[in-house]
Amino acid sequence: MSEYILDVTDVDKNFGGLQALSDINLRVKEGTVHAIIGPNGAGKSTLLNVIVGRLAPSRGRVLLGDQVLTGKEPHEINQLGVARVFQTPEIFPELSLLQNVMVPAFAKREGIFKMNFIKSLFSEKEVLEHAEHLLEDVGLLQHKDHLAGSMSRGDKRRLELAMCLGQQPKLFLLDEPTAGMSRHDTNRTIDLLKRIKERGMTKVIIEHDMHVVFSLADRISVLAQGAIICEGTPEEVRNDPRVKEAYLGGETV
Amino acid sequence: MSNTKIVSPKKDMIFMAILSAVVLTMPLWLQPFGAAYPDLMQKFMIFGIFAIGYNILFGLTGYLSFGHAAFLGVGSYTAVWSFKLLSMNVIPALIFGTVLSGLFALAIGFVSLRRSGIYFSILTLAFAQMSYNLAYSVLTPITNGETGLQLEQADPRVLDRMSGIEADASLPTPNLFGIEGIGYSGFYICAALMLISFFIYLRIFRSPFGLKLRAIKSNQNRMGYTGFSTRPYLMTAFVISGMYAGLAGSLLAVTDPLAGAERMQWTASGEVVLITILGGVGTLIGPLLGAGIIKYFENIFSAFNDTVLLNAFSFLPDWLAHPIASVVGLFVGEGWHLTLGLVFMLIVIFLPGGIMEGISRLSRLLFKREKTEPKSDGHENKEKEQTSAGEV
Repeated sequence: MSEYILDVTDVDKNFGGLQALSDINLRVKEGTVHAIIGPNGAGKSTLLNVIVGRLAPSRGRVLLGDQVLTGKEPHEINQLGVARVFQTPEIFPELSLLQNVMVPAFAKREGIFKMNFIKSLFSEKEVLEHAEHLLEDVGLLQHKDHLAGSMSRGDKRRLELAMCLGQQPKLFLLDEPTAGMSRHDTNRTIDLLKRIKERGMTKVIIEHDMHVVFSLADRISVLAQGAIICEGTPEEVRNDPRVKEAYLGGETV
Repeated sequence: MSNTKIVSPKKDMIFMAILSAVVLTMPLWLQPFGAAYPDLMQKFMIFGIFAIGYNILFGLTGYLSFGHAAFLGVGSYTAVWSFKLLSMNVIPALIFGTVLSGLFALAIGFVSLRRSGIYFSILTLAFAQMSYNLAYSVLTPITNGETGLQLEQADPRVLDRMSGIEADASLPTPNLFGIEGIGYSGFYICAALMLISFFIYLRIFRSPFGLKLRAIKSNQNRMGYTGFSTRPYLMTAFVISGMYAGLAGSLLAVTDPLAGAERMQWTASGEVVLITILGGVGTLIGPLLGAGIIKYFENIFSAFNDTVLLNAFSFLPDWLAHPIASVVGLFVGEGWHLTLGLVFMLIVIFLPGGIMEGISRLSRLLFKREKTEPKSDGHENKEKEQTSAGEV
């Protein structure tokens, strides 16, 4: 197994004439938190979409450890150990919080497809306990029987985090996990993410909030107009003149 | 509308016991409603099976099929052929009817499930109409076209002849080892099968498989990123509900051994959609209630004719009775579908969750009156609404 858990090599993505990603090279070490920052429209979400298999790259390839992800379906990539939270929480609004967390737990246990209607949910003690534990972890246990769709946006995000964590992914991708959250909720989420970090889960995180980025990331890549213009430790990135230029536009001209 | 509580199997067994008791005593308690005759009760059971099967697809996965009558028709034709070729015993007829419909569903599902939403509905509708036209004309050697497939004295009935059972002067009737498929015994055969089907349906609802189907309905995108391939799940649900429809179709042939192409027409597909929505999509017993209510009122309303109406309004002076009777006459008898349409519109507009939503609203009203509601904000109130709606 290579030293890097995620290895993105020479990835291009064109949408018609638009070059959304060009020549992306990104390597993430196991157990680290890697942040991707950059102005709006820089291609951050496109990059995540390429990694999880929602979009096929026009060129290049993506590896998870030794396994090739390029060309696989999203559910296959998830089964290999990649979980993702979305910019707008993707949960199951018509199910209760507990059921929301149970579904991914079944995915982890049963694989892509299993027809199982002999056992009732009630007798799935292990999954139930696991699910309650996860909800407790994100502080939602008291709402476990509520409909997920009726929760606040911050709660939905934390629910989505719990759903992904339940799968114990090798690689966890977070697309702006604190967007639209209040300061209070943001801090709670940072605490939660820090706790997860201690468990050694590799994370790639896209974020606009520099407070979040600098308090979590081990390494940062800066994306602008579809290319990585700078990569390094938070300290290096903070002091790089190219980053300031990318964010502030033509101010230095 | 979804079940948010995880129900213990013990409660489910109690529920099954109550349901069985209610169903099996139907000949008694339906007496005062004038519905306790076998023909109608058989219809309750058969359309109940059809509707709960349909609910597995529509209620759990949210895929609206407009072609389920095709499976009903396949079940009927297969059952009649089984009577003609093999035996008048209902067991082979039911097995072949169910299995063949399942295979048929596999083929239709394979193509239709490539699309979702309205395109899926249109594809299933197209397939059902194709099947109807095939049955009506092209496949006349198999389906006997317009006339419909009927039993004949001279049918081979290989198994029956082998065991020395010969049809006497009259046409033979379908039977379960001598228990006739018509009349009260026919009702009990249908009721037993309905209860077995319901039990399987209940297990599906309560299982991880059912949870995943509901998750597909709720957010198919998330399902993909959760490591599930949705196609095989949808396919399984589609085939299971096709088999339920096939079973219902074969039972129709058991209670009346005649299969016609009109059973496959789109109106028949529409009827099961209507039954399910009227009862409550995605609820456990909603579809059963819907089937019972629609079949009951169809029976009552379509029996009215002008003379009955004139009699009913005879207390009015003649000049008033006649116009009123003729206006009301539009809504009954042949025109009962007009009434059905109106009721359906009212339900969809005011009670989108069907009768089950109505029941849970009522029970909440009563509950509130008994106990003063603890102070809670609107958010929580809405929560309770959803939860209680889902419990039954």
